[in-house]
Amino acid sequence: MQPVIEVTNLSKTYATGFEALKDVSLEVRRGEIFALLGPNGAGKTTLINIICGLVNPGEGRILVDGHDIVRDYRTTRKLIGLVPQELAIDAFESVWWTVSFSRGLFGRSKNPAHIEKILRSLALWDKKDAKVMTLSGGMKRRVLIAKALSHEPEILFLDEPTAGVDVELRQDMWNLVRSLRDTGVTIILTTHYIEEAEEMADRVGVINKGEIILVEDKHTLMQEHGKKELSLELDSPLAAIPESLSGHALQLDSDGRRLVFTYGTHGPRTGINALFADLGQAGIRFRDLETRQSSLQDIFVGLVRDRR
Amino acid sequence: MNVHAVRAIYTFEMARTFRTLLQSIVSPVLSTSLYFVVFGAAIGSRIESIDGVSYGVFIVPGLVMMSLLTLSISNASFGIYFPKFVGTIYELLSAPVSYLEIVLAYVGAAATKSVMIGLVMLATAAFFVPLRIDHPLVMVLFLVLTAVTFSLFGFIVGIWADGFEKLQLVPLLVVMPLAFLGGSFYSIDMLPPLWRTISLFNPVVYLVSGFRWSFIGTADVSVGISLFMTLAFLGLCLAAVAWIFRTGYRLKN
Repeated sequence: MQPVIEVTNLSKTYATGFEALKDVSLEVRRGEIFALLGPNGAGKTTLINIICGLVNPGEGRILVDGHDIVRDYRTTRKLIGLVPQELAIDAFESVWWTVSFSRGLFGRSKNPAHIEKILRSLALWDKKDAKVMTLSGGMKRRVLIAKALSHEPEILFLDEPTAGVDVELRQDMWNLVRSLRDTGVTIILTTHYIEEAEEMADRVGVINKGEIILVEDKHTLMQEHGKKELSLELDSPLAAIPESLSGHALQLDSDGRRLVFTYGTHGPRTGINALFADLGQAGIRFRDLETRQSSLQDIFVGLVRDRR
Repeated sequence: MNVHAVRAIYTFEMARTFRTLLQSIVSPVLSTSLYFVVFGAAIGSRIESIDGVSYGVFIVPGLVMMSLLTLSISNASFGIYFPKFVGTIYELLSAPVSYLEIVLAYVGAAATKSVMIGLVMLATAAFFVPLRIDHPLVMVLFLVLTAVTFSLFGFIVGIWADGFEKLQLVPLLVVMPLAFLGGSFYSIDMLPPLWRTISLFNPVVYLVSGFRWSFIGTADVSVGISLFMTLAFLGLCLAAVAWIFRTGYRLKN
């Protein structure tokens, strides 16, 4: 299937000389939730801003639904909705007015029924006549989403959609994003909250210092780069790890009461059986055990650290 | 042409005018009335006629033109600067609108407001002096042309400005002095030869002169030259706007 967004060898250097993107190539599939992760200044927002038309592209080519974003900007921009990171919104307008304005700006004729549907789905209907300045931060963010959806885009960019919103609203946002994906909208989100990507994304891209480090299906990524930890609570404390166990990836905590074994899950063997056999031979007994799967956050931090 | 977008921006800008009616319309009308009271009635009664008309009648075109220039610039510059200031410019830049459509909507709205206010000021003037318009079509032509040209200029100022101070800089420190020295309150023929020559480098002289000709049939410079100079400045502004959008100056970098 043709990717809905195709970025090829994109580079961008600002007038200050800062190289924000270095030969970035990326494909986003139709109908997926794609999470773009990266530390501050990695190039996430520059990439989004170039695709959406906010920043002049440098070298390279970007196709949206097969159309060049420079040559066919009218077609590509009609397909895209953008929710920016900042709460940039006209404070003096009513919710209804500002959302209707966005629809007109994107070349769509008036459709009060559609605006009503969006406002109801975002729990903003009872605030439709309220001035934006009277709304809470969370509601303003929802208004921004409503504006981005007003022209019925096929692709939605969410730049840090849950930055500064409370836990309850974050859950609401996640549900909303999922429901949008269910209607066929492709969603590209950047986020600092890795758990957000872990919760929602189908695929994950990691960008660091203007370079794409990897793009991977989330489950594959977690399987291939993820590790598990087996933690054993010992009957008696150890002064050091015995020589006979040196072949296992073990760590002993400071008080000698806990052994932690790290293992991968994608190989044919985990090494747990061998460890238990060697522990028995060494006369080390344990009274409890637990396992922990490394999170996307652990993987992300590891990937970014390795590239430093 | 994205007609919906042009209409949306134009309506948005016009709605802002009517929301701030006191500031947008009442204020210029009041200041014009004060000019007529001070210059027309108090001082003007002691000045003999100029170009065959009373001083009050003589200053009407200059006063309207002076307000038209400053209002066109401030309307258009604020219109584009405010989205930059609050960050809502992202929506404009990501929308499927061409540069021409953006300019058409913003400059169209700013020029509409200026023409409206210009007409209101003329109506106000009619309360103070016996208004005389010899060439009404030429008057409307100059009114619209000047409003569009200086709205374009204001649009450029709004993009260039990176603070409210700079937004005020050009109208107050450049346009206002040029308007005062451009024959709004006097005929440049009244100046000594040297100053008259220097005045001819002031573009406002040509605007006021052409506009005044449409009222009383006499002018400091020929109406053809006035029209040419206005069109030349319009062309200059269009070229500057085209360059801004081609390079993304202060918008896309």
